[in-house]
Amino acid sequence: MTSENASSVEITALGKYYNSFHALKNINLSIPAGKVTCLIGPSGSGKSTLLRCINFLEEYQEGAVEIDGQVIGLESVGGRKMSARRLREMRRSIGMVFQQFNLWPHMTAQQNVAEALVQVQGLSKAEAARKAAAALQKVGLGDKTESFPNRLSGGQQQRVAIARAVAMEPKLMLFDEPTSALDPELVGEVLTVIKDLASEGMTMVIVTHEMGFAAHVADQVAFLEAGELVSCAPPAEIFRNPSDARIKAFLETYHARNQF
Amino acid sequence: MFSWSTIVENLPYLLQATRFTLLVSGLGMGLGLVMGIVLCVARLSPIRWISRIAALYVSFFRGVPLLVQLLLAYYFLPSVGIDIPPLWAAVCSIGLCAAAYIAEILRGALIAVPHGQAEAAAALGMHPFTIWKRILIPQALKISMPSLVNELIMLVKVSSLVSAVGIVELTRMSQSISAATFRPLEIYIAAAAIYLVINLALAGLGQALEKRLDY
Repeated sequence: MTSENASSVEITALGKYYNSFHALKNINLSIPAGKVTCLIGPSGSGKSTLLRCINFLEEYQEGAVEIDGQVIGLESVGGRKMSARRLREMRRSIGMVFQQFNLWPHMTAQQNVAEALVQVQGLSKAEAARKAAAALQKVGLGDKTESFPNRLSGGQQQRVAIARAVAMEPKLMLFDEPTSALDPELVGEVLTVIKDLASEGMTMVIVTHEMGFAAHVADQVAFLEAGELVSCAPPAEIFRNPSDARIKAFLETYHARNQF
Repeated sequence: MFSWSTIVENLPYLLQATRFTLLVSGLGMGLGLVMGIVLCVARLSPIRWISRIAALYVSFFRGVPLLVQLLLAYYFLPSVGIDIPPLWAAVCSIGLCAAAYIAEILRGALIAVPHGQAEAAAALGMHPFTIWKRILIPQALKISMPSLVNELIMLVKVSSLVSAVGIVELTRMSQSISAATFRPLEIYIAAAAIYLVINLALAGLGQALEKRLDY
């Protein structure tokens, strides 16, 4: 797939504060088009915050996030906030999947997927419904189009949420711990869907605690700790031959926890 | 002896007066709902002074007894040269007071909708107006329905207070007929039954609405 339908992201000198708390410190990270980047690190390290800066759900105070050369959220690097309208336009080509799914409970699976197609892309209801059904088919939920979220399992809900994002035909997909709220036996079905999407050549940024998944699917893995980007390297290097003691320590606790 | 005939004979008068009870509480509800939505949006506004004014409004109308508000409207407005019929003064008083409660009910319901709901919509590039209309308000409406029905039933009962400014609604009429017939027990039982029928109907309507909003 060409870079025409996959975005690249350039993060430079990114700084983020919550009042006096320095949540992200001078982050520099290149996310190439069509590749999968996994963000890992201990909880509270700032990986979700970093992910949320990419579509400006979190405002940042220093540096910039550029998507295909266009700064998001600001008019220019260090400039004023960009207009809400312009931000909405940029967000249309960025899909996001949340830890808690955030499906709209008053709409069926199909309505959840079709809503933004109608309200944001301006498709007719019939066309949106057709596209939504196709997107649900793709994540293996072709038979659940009329189900309300509370009738679906966590894994099914998350797959609807993925379909909702993917139906918009984004050039970039952000996943914020997509399997952390799931029962262990439901994790696999969601990871399979993400893996399939990755093979289509969409740019993806995934915050995850699933190290096996990251090792398998990522083109590069970024390790964060205490708001700093410690290292960004191919998974083999991070997982087999970590250069930094902090990564080693993190992986050791991870392995210790998963032994029984 | 309990006199059924007293009730039957006076029922037309009671029903006649019930029209005013329905008129005052119905119009009060309408005004209260519209004003309540406006107040709620104002209260949640990021602009400080707008939110402040809405908070002040709520404090006043919730903090002063409705009877006092009615008497204030009745005596105060004419004294500053505003001459409106007592019926309209009563409707306005009830509506303005209900608005304060309804605004808080709606605000509570909106706060109860998880933040991620709007966030998911914003991440898709949805306009804030659309997010309110399609995502937040439908969910808030469902959450607030029981409290809202409660408030509306309250309004019907509270409308008996407008007799203080000379409007002959169901309660006032009952008092007059009791005095004339010396049959207070029968008349007040009849009045109670009429109030009960109105409010049961309202509760039924609310339940039907709740069912329709269910998912």
